[in-house]
Amino acid sequence: MMCNLGLWAMRPAHHRRCVLFLSALRAVLSANRTSWSRYRSKRELSSSAWTSKVPQVPSWEPIAEHQLPPATKISPELVDKLERLALVDFGSKEGVECLEKAITFANQLHAVNTDGVEPMDSVLEDRELYLRDDSVTEGECADKLLQLAKHSLEEYYLAPPGNIPLPKSEERSAVL
Amino acid sequence: MVIVPQLVGVVGLEIHAQIQSKSKLFSGSQVRFMSPPNSLVSHFDASLPGTLPVLNHRCVEAAVLTGLALNCTINKRSLFDRKHYFYADMPAGFQITQQRIPIAVNGTLVYNHFEGHKWNHGMTKSVKIKQIQLEQDSGKSLHDEERSQTLIDLNRAGVGLMELVMEPDMCGGEEAASAVRELQLILQTLGTCQANMSEGQLRVDANVSVHRPGDPLGVRTEVKNINSVRHLAKAIDYEIQRQMKVLRSGGTVINETRAFDSKSSTTIAMRDKEGLQDYRFMPEPNLPPLFVYETEDSVPAGVDSAQAVVVERLISCLPEMPAQKRMRLVETYDIQLEHSFTLVNEEGLVDYFESVVQKTKAKPRKVIGWVLDDLMRNLNLHNLNVSQSPLSPEALAQMIDLIESGRISSPVAKQVFQEMWKAPELPVEQIIEERDWWMISDVEQLRALCQRIVDGHPEAVQLIKGGNKRVMNKLIGEIHKVTKGRTDPVQVVAILEEMIF
Repeated sequence: MMCNLGLWAMRPAHHRRCVLFLSALRAVLSANRTSWSRYRSKRELSSSAWTSKVPQVPSWEPIAEHQLPPATKISPELVDKLERLALVDFGSKEGVECLEKAITFANQLHAVNTDGVEPMDSVLEDRELYLRDDSVTEGECADKLLQLAKHSLEEYYLAPPGNIPLPKSEERSAVL
Repeated sequence: MVIVPQLVGVVGLEIHAQIQSKSKLFSGSQVRFMSPPNSLVSHFDASLPGTLPVLNHRCVEAAVLTGLALNCTINKRSLFDRKHYFYADMPAGFQITQQRIPIAVNGTLVYNHFEGHKWNHGMTKSVKIKQIQLEQDSGKSLHDEERSQTLIDLNRAGVGLMELVMEPDMCGGEEAASAVRELQLILQTLGTCQANMSEGQLRVDANVSVHRPGDPLGVRTEVKNINSVRHLAKAIDYEIQRQMKVLRSGGTVINETRAFDSKSSTTIAMRDKEGLQDYRFMPEPNLPPLFVYETEDSVPAGVDSAQAVVVERLISCLPEMPAQKRMRLVETYDIQLEHSFTLVNEEGLVDYFESVVQKTKAKPRKVIGWVLDDLMRNLNLHNLNVSQSPLSPEALAQMIDLIESGRISSPVAKQVFQEMWKAPELPVEQIIEERDWWMISDVEQLRALCQRIVDGHPEAVQLIKGGNKRVMNKLIGEIHKVTKGRTDPVQVVAILEEMIF
């Protein structure tokens, strides 16, 4: 029996909805034992000493408040600066609160003991950086590239003059 | 009364040198000046999603060679970072650079500084180089004020640059200009950068401040838009004066970016950049650390030796640096230091000079005048470089040999030079023969001439007999005129003296 793939294709509007879909799917799958149970029994037959590395019950513990650094408050000036630097629109107070919660969530990393551990900034750190030979292998595709641009003139991309200034901070605080 | 020390200028340069390579730093598109817009742009340069940077071997070599020539410590391990800011000519929204650990650090640039044009008052100075880092160039934006739009050409986006950051060791425009000229020569000799400021291959920004010696450094301004070494000196000197005026009138210098306006030779404040930029540096996740190996032996087993950048290998490739060349020229050919500067500054001139010296029997000191004066003057007049000279080293050597052997005189030789320039296909002897410019060596002929002159100027003869030696020059001049310069003054003087006394 085919799973209703339509369930997977639909993208949930809110992450909480995912759970509902998953449980529906589980119901569908358990109704059809054939392939699933065949798989399970096969495993049971092959190695009786097999233990899953995936814990059977959740093993994480919530981090205590005192282990976290003090909660960061985002000032309106910082909101301004971040909007300018990252060109994001916080839109409303909720947006700023969401950011503060995200920072608190990320702060859980502070509870990890990193004594004597070098920071890692690339998972490729033990790989050799490949050096390319100095030869011309690309280019000459101006027409294809310019097709992607909304506005172009002859063979140039068109852009507004300089950087468009963002609304002033007085207007900002009115929105927040 | 307390004597307050004078305000002095403090200058630190930030130089971006475009690496001379066939392809760009992180992509395989071509590096070429002047091409149809956006024709040298790959998918990575246009920052299309899913593209990744692949580092160019030649660019790493260029940075290491430059570091070695400037006495830097080469970092065996260097890292790449992202510098974020928004501008239309940088489609990714960030520039890949090396902020934390650049490829080379702690070097020195040694240069000669001549006060004004007093060549004999030259001093050797040095400026510390804080670091050399590899980074991407941005594209070009052409502003169309009328239609309120900007045209973007990404041909230059992604080209490899070496950013040289210098410590604020200099104190004026002239010093900075001398340092940059020497750097240009070094880069051109290495072949890592063509260093032409007018074509944008070498971009220099000056950080200028003023203070009293002993006090902490003053607020600095950054001066941009400098298109030549001469403009660099003017811009720095103007800015130092401007800041001094501001301070003397009780004001404060604002930390800002100013553009140099070549028409008025002044610096103008650029549009306010909304306070200090925060570039939010972040490690470049797509590039692992760059390793450069000291010796062939230190290349680890799993690494392809041909692929690796080995410092030992590059040291053996280093050509003769300008400073070494000058010393060698002075020592080998016994010429003056200032002459060595002119020789080394002009591309191809050292080879030309050495070629002539090799082919002629005359001493190098005799050759240098012809090369630096006559040859250079004519080249400049006709706007030619040394490789385009109609006069070959062989021809010049032949002419000099004729002077040495006494077959033509020096003044005639100057004329012969001009004729040879106009008709390079003719052999020297033919030119001289056609105009009957051979030196008169027949003693009888000379005696007859001198006799005529002596007879024609009795008063002068009397004066010479009386002890006035200077009048002799007049007689020599007369003979010179009559023979159209085809006499040897020494011989003529000997004969005249014999006749008179």
